[in-house]
Amino acid sequence: MILLEIDWFFILSKGGLIMAILLTSFGVAAYATWGERKVAAVMQDRYGPNRAGPFGLLQPLADGLKLFMKEEIIPTNSTKFIFLLAPFLFMLTALMTSAVIPWGPDIQLASGKVFSLQVADINIGILFVFGVVSLGVYGIMLGGWASNNKFSLLSAIRSASQSISYELAMGISLIALLMLAGSLSLRDIAQQQHGFWDNGYFTWNFFKQPLGFIIFFTCSMAEMNRAPFDLAECDSELNMGYHLEYSSMKLGLFLFAEYINMFIGSAVMVTLYFGSYNFPGMDALAASVPPILFTIICVSVFFAKITGMILLIMFIRWTLPRFRYDQLMNLGWKSLIPLALLNMLLTGAAVLWLFK
Amino acid sequence: MDILQIIFWILTVMAIGCALGVVLSRNPVNSVIFLILTFFAISGHYLLLNAQFLAIVNIIVYAGAIMVLFLFVIMLMNLNADTEPQKSWLVQLAGVVSGGTLFLVIIAAISKANLLGVINTETTNIGLIKVLGQVLFKQYVLPFEISSVLFLSAMIGAIVIGKKDME
Repeated sequence: MILLEIDWFFILSKGGLIMAILLTSFGVAAYATWGERKVAAVMQDRYGPNRAGPFGLLQPLADGLKLFMKEEIIPTNSTKFIFLLAPFLFMLTALMTSAVIPWGPDIQLASGKVFSLQVADINIGILFVFGVVSLGVYGIMLGGWASNNKFSLLSAIRSASQSISYELAMGISLIALLMLAGSLSLRDIAQQQHGFWDNGYFTWNFFKQPLGFIIFFTCSMAEMNRAPFDLAECDSELNMGYHLEYSSMKLGLFLFAEYINMFIGSAVMVTLYFGSYNFPGMDALAASVPPILFTIICVSVFFAKITGMILLIMFIRWTLPRFRYDQLMNLGWKSLIPLALLNMLLTGAAVLWLFK
Repeated sequence: MDILQIIFWILTVMAIGCALGVVLSRNPVNSVIFLILTFFAISGHYLLLNAQFLAIVNIIVYAGAIMVLFLFVIMLMNLNADTEPQKSWLVQLAGVVSGGTLFLVIIAAISKANLLGVINTETTNIGLIKVLGQVLFKQYVLPFEISSVLFLSAMIGAIVIGKKDME
């Protein structure tokens, strides 16, 4: 289908895929808020939300409606343009990473065309993720500064130093993974983890890089501003910090983007370390079911793994108390970075002398 | 005009406009935001040259790390348009003259420069990470290592200066 020298199949399929990913992200994020409250309730021996709909399942809709109905207040002494820009920036950077995640294996259409379940297979996929993560702090910083409030400013400064400190260890732990994978494309890394067991060892990167995963996971929690690393909003000290002055749906965007960050971050971690959409015995299954059903199963497996990762993050939030600020800095600079360097050296030595 | 040319002109106007914004805006935070936008425009130019690695590293290092620190310092010192010191006209004149001299040198260098032939950006893979790694770690490995030692010494120097009054 070539019209006006534009491949319309390409444009339409990518457009549809982007819409589907965005809607799924919003859906998952909305129900992650419900899940978070249910998890908290179970862990603290309470009921949790149970009034709106069966098991409180309509609670996210009620919350959204409430946020839309609230009065919108813009502080008089704020820097208005940046104040309005910040929540959108935060949401944008939360969503952008989803472009390079391979959500499933390619689908071979009857007409011979290949429909890829990845928006863009760029050969620097991981660096793109890393770049977007490093931009994620601007929403918090600009929002906190533009509010013209002492607590918000403190929160902005905290989150900036936290994000810079933990990016280093995150990058170094990724280098160790890249030395094993030999590729920066997330699609290649997903395909390398095909199946579960090959050549007498696991194919999933978690079993090759356990220390690397723990460092990456810790740093991702810090980059997502999730407890126990939520020093930026720290309600007992900073009174919600950077979104203290925000109201109505602008506040909603900040809160919602945190859950989208959690979803996309879990997807990245599953892609890098837990075999993406691969599962044990997938070759046998691929031979016995029609291709389209196989793709659906692969995508479901991917989402099941993401759900597991999100639940793990929630359990940690409701188990561990928040760090003190100096403890946070000591953990980042004096524990995680040396550990990540050690991991990188060991991986480099193993790649050089054992596998070549 | 094909699509690449249209994108090139959009990026060029954005880069120059934002660079002017950095110099002309009174509020330091606005300057920083304009500078970040300039880096994005330059990264766009790298992408047009098919230098993906350079483009994304430019964003990670400059927009993602260095500008965060700039913003951090500006917020910490609470600089804004009201507290900006008013410099005397003599200092302003000196700034204009020295900046203009530097600009003149750049123009002279470019006008004499032996420009490389046009590279077909659709077929070249000169900026891809595999090619770049081969060149960097085979042909230029010694300068690369020396520059990394330089960075290390700069880092240690910063720590030493920072720890001076803690004795």
